Amino acid sequence: MREMIIKGMRIDDTFAEAFTMRATAVVITADSARWARQAAVTMTGFGTSVIGCGCEAGIESELSPRETPDRRPGIRVLLFAVSTSELQKQLQNRVAQCVLTTPGSACYAGFQGEEALKLGNALRFFGDGWQISKRLAGKHYWRVPVMDGEFVCEAATGLTKNAVGGGNLLIMGGSPRTTLAAAEAAVHAIKAVPDVIMPFPGGIARSGSKIGSKYKASASTNEAYCPTLRGAVKSALGPEIGSVLEIVIDGLRSSAVAAAMRAGLGAMIKLGPRRGAVRIGAGNYGGKLGPHHFHLKDLLR
Amino acid sequence: MKPLVLTLRTNPDERLDLSALVPHRLSGRTADEIARLELQTGRQRITVGDMFRVRGGDSRNVRIEGGTHRLDQVGQGMTDGEIVVEGDVGSQAGRLMAGGRLIINGDAGRWAASGMRGGHIVITGSAGDRLGGPLAGEMAGMRGGVVVVRGDVGERAGDRLRRGTIVVDGRAGAHAGSCMIAGTLMVRRAAGPLPGYLMRRGTVVLAGGCDELSPTFLDCGVHDLVAMRLMAAFVKDYSAAAAVALRSPLRRLAGDMAVLGKGEIFCADE
Repeated sequence: MREMIIKGMRIDDTFAEAFTMRATAVVITADSARWARQAAVTMTGFGTSVIGCGCEAGIESELSPRETPDRRPGIRVLLFAVSTSELQKQLQNRVAQCVLTTPGSACYAGFQGEEALKLGNALRFFGDGWQISKRLAGKHYWRVPVMDGEFVCEAATGLTKNAVGGGNLLIMGGSPRTTLAAAEAAVHAIKAVPDVIMPFPGGIARSGSKIGSKYKASASTNEAYCPTLRGAVKSALGPEIGSVLEIVIDGLRSSAVAAAMRAGLGAMIKLGPRRGAVRIGAGNYGGKLGPHHFHLKDLLR
Repeated sequence: MKPLVLTLRTNPDERLDLSALVPHRLSGRTADEIARLELQTGRQRITVGDMFRVRGGDSRNVRIEGGTHRLDQVGQGMTDGEIVVEGDVGSQAGRLMAGGRLIINGDAGRWAASGMRGGHIVITGSAGDRLGGPLAGEMAGMRGGVVVVRGDVGERAGDRLRRGTIVVDGRAGAHAGSCMIAGTLMVRRAAGPLPGYLMRRGTVVLAGGCDELSPTFLDCGVHDLVAMRLMAAFVKDYSAAAAVALRSPLRRLAGDMAVLGKGEIFCADE
């Protein structure tokens, strides 16, 4: 595999292969930023991968009171799934179990898409007939009585069928400590990019997978990037690599994923190979499965 | 582009139906053609030119100078554009309006915004009885849009309101929000007796209280609701004072229990 050297860091001449997904967004508000964040963290928990969680979910940004419909602190959450029906199911269940239940919370559409998903229109039945419909400024809200007052929820939120899931960076360092430092720098930079999430814990995955398994499983460990198997398998790692981490990026559109990967690469290059990663790559399946290809060399131009 | 200006020559002897003078019906007509349009009135045949001096301009932007309470159905069925009336208008101003903006710099008569479906009406003076209400035989009143009255309104404002928002900066007469089906009515100053009379659903906000409340409304306590914040954010563009009133905790009264009882009146906590 050919590579580039930038400021002493090796950049593989490869690409991240990503897939078209369904996505939506909601804005969660509460009386304080702490409780809005609590609702968002709970809602996006166990939302790392569509393989086992049904959807990929994450916090996109924190919103100031000036940016939210009810002028309270808010969080914008993005959800990605492989089908519209699964996304609807995940959205409905997660808002019902995690946001509706949070003290003082409210939930609004976070995205105006070409189509709509039910939000309050699905949750209003919790009101058992006491729910109140309210239309203001062309928007439709439901007010559902709950034990601390009312849960206000917008009737619907937007859906896009052109979202992109699976943008990624493989971060390879000499030790777990420096590799994690590089990954953290990249995550920090990517957080500033709008319309993307990194669904794994803290934005980072340590268990990158390949398709298939010797057992009856759809995915299994990517042994080519496991440093402890370097001598036993056809490894993609040289002797200087002691740890590999992955950042997976989902975005509402292809350009957002590209911007996020570019921001992450830039942050890791800035950190340098001594304190961070010595090599950066990306995961793909030969380019035959996903329609979106993000070439690292293109992102660095 | 300059507006199409219609200047009233003299006060009409009889009531005059101005429903023909809405932007979408005037579109593509010259000033002469507009002057030849017939207006409905009593037994006489009257044209626009008989009653108004017509100065040609953009028909999407109609200005009527010199109002009187005999000018009925101003802006009736309007779908887009803007009508500005410098003076009073008669009954049914903005009736069945579906879009656009109607600004009345004066008083309006009864049934203003009756059956309105969309758009925006501003009445800088006062409005008569049954603002937004249905005519006899109709099942529902206003069904959408926003109405702002800077002055007072008569009895039964928001009668059978189905959807949309009415904001009254002044006082309201008796039975404000009577028989409401849904929607929102806000009255910034005091309302007359029995607001929300027989309302089924919907929201009435009485920032200045009322003369007498029906015993069929039940006190649900004082609350600071997120929904009121949304309402405040919405009405602040129309009435800053009304928005301020909504930002305080309000007492919620559920009713009218004489009927369905799913409506609500919000009052300032005293």
